[in-house]
Amino acid sequence: MPAIAIKNLSLAFGDRQIISHFNANIECGEFIGIFGPNGSGKSTLLKTILGLITPSQGEIYIFDKLQQQGHIEIGYMPQLRPTTSTGQLSGRARLMACLAGFRWGLPLLNKQQQAEIDWAIHLVKAESYADRPFSQLSGGEQQRLLLAQAILNKPKILLLDEPLNNLDPKHQESLIELVNTIRQQLNAVVLLAAHDLNPLLQVMDRIIYLAQGKAAIGAVAEIVTNEKLSWLYGTPIEVIHHKQQLFVINRDIIEHDDHH
Amino acid sequence: MMTIINFLPTMLSYEFMRNAFFAGTMAALVAAIVGYFVVIRSVAFAGHALGHIGFAGAAGAGLIGLSPPIGQLLLTVLAAIGMGGLSNRLEKSDTVIGIVLAFALSLGVLFLYLYKAYAAQAMAILFGDVLGVSHTLLMTMLIFSILSLCALAIIARPLLFASLEPELAQAKGISLSFISILFFIITAIAITEASQIIGVLLVFTLLVGPAAAALNWARTFWSGIFLSALIAVLMVWLGITLTYITDWPAAFWISSLSLVIYLVSLI
Repeated sequence: MPAIAIKNLSLAFGDRQIISHFNANIECGEFIGIFGPNGSGKSTLLKTILGLITPSQGEIYIFDKLQQQGHIEIGYMPQLRPTTSTGQLSGRARLMACLAGFRWGLPLLNKQQQAEIDWAIHLVKAESYADRPFSQLSGGEQQRLLLAQAILNKPKILLLDEPLNNLDPKHQESLIELVNTIRQQLNAVVLLAAHDLNPLLQVMDRIIYLAQGKAAIGAVAEIVTNEKLSWLYGTPIEVIHHKQQLFVINRDIIEHDDHH
Repeated sequence: MMTIINFLPTMLSYEFMRNAFFAGTMAALVAAIVGYFVVIRSVAFAGHALGHIGFAGAAGAGLIGLSPPIGQLLLTVLAAIGMGGLSNRLEKSDTVIGIVLAFALSLGVLFLYLYKAYAAQAMAILFGDVLGVSHTLLMTMLIFSILSLCALAIIARPLLFASLEPELAQAKGISLSFISILFFIITAIAITEASQIIGVLLVFTLLVGPAAAALNWARTFWSGIFLSALIAVLMVWLGITLTYITDWPAAFWISSLSLVIYLVSLI
């Protein structure tokens, strides 16, 4: 049974076609990177798998169950947004609000739930700053706490929306390592949207590449080729290998995936 | 020395003062606790608008034979349902809220022109009348305080989650607009209640001041709620006492204390 089965999926945003007739089976424990230019629909695809966006055509099955809205087995890390109005509220307090936040009643946690918060904070190595005001943490620290939030309830599927944004290469590397460790510990599927392939080359099993309303899934070597990307973009694309790094070049616009 | 010792018993020997303290405490508790969520949801301006819409309700109540507080509550709750239903599109839209707010205030002025009998009472709703709280109003306030705090206790957990992480809450199956409607109805009740003490124009002071100060100090949810309630109650008690001594309006004293505490919290 695949963890995620995407069947004949089409997504549109207003008049714009984002994905058409996309099929994929994603198995437990896979690490999948999602790439594509800005506005190609990486976030939209993640939100559709999460059940926040209804596809214009096709279905998504989570462990053989048709996806409606939300799923207890899915952990989701949204893109980092500026936080407002929360004053001195700590990162731990935010995590506590997220744990079982969908039940009615007062936000009180029992011993076991508090232990789960401690476990998540420990796993993302955020002990030293979890009790400091969230709004005063650095982008990297906030990202880790958002990741901690995503792994509460020990999900089997992790959807991470551009977790590497605003991180320098060193922090990118440690976050990727962390995500990979979590994937192994939980035997979870990881779907990670990013701009740059290169920092993720070592950990990814397969990638999904989105461009110009088309999507393709496969190993890096199958997808990041001149033929496949030219088909996706609908324009001649050249992939350059240089010192074990990949650069995607469009002859007209230099649309490469390197943000270093 | 004797005057200080005698001061409290003398002040509390008047029934209107005892009523003022009782009503003030209830309004402070409800406004401060609801206000905590108003601040973390960044819907202070929407709360402010609800107060003004209430004024139109109070002024218009006479036209259809209702008492001002009931008219105020009805129109505020209706507006709350509208705001909650349009939630993400409307509640944070300063422009739309600003235009509706001004229209509501002008509607209140028109109603007062058309039906003059409740003019004095309607004006009291604008600025509040803490020393004129009747026994009936006190009992009404008590019932609504208990109801709104119970309702808040029931939705507190998803409300907090949806306020801090709306996308994640939605992903776990919470309906954001449903939570938003319930919360705005509770806010409408809290605002109507607090406005009896300090008026709709200054209801902001109890709703936002203590909660904003508490958020600047407290790192956890519960300490924030307790601190917000504590600040609001102390503010109201001190404000009423200063009103008793100086005979200046309570709304002035309470708002001044709110400003001072917020400024101190920024340090």
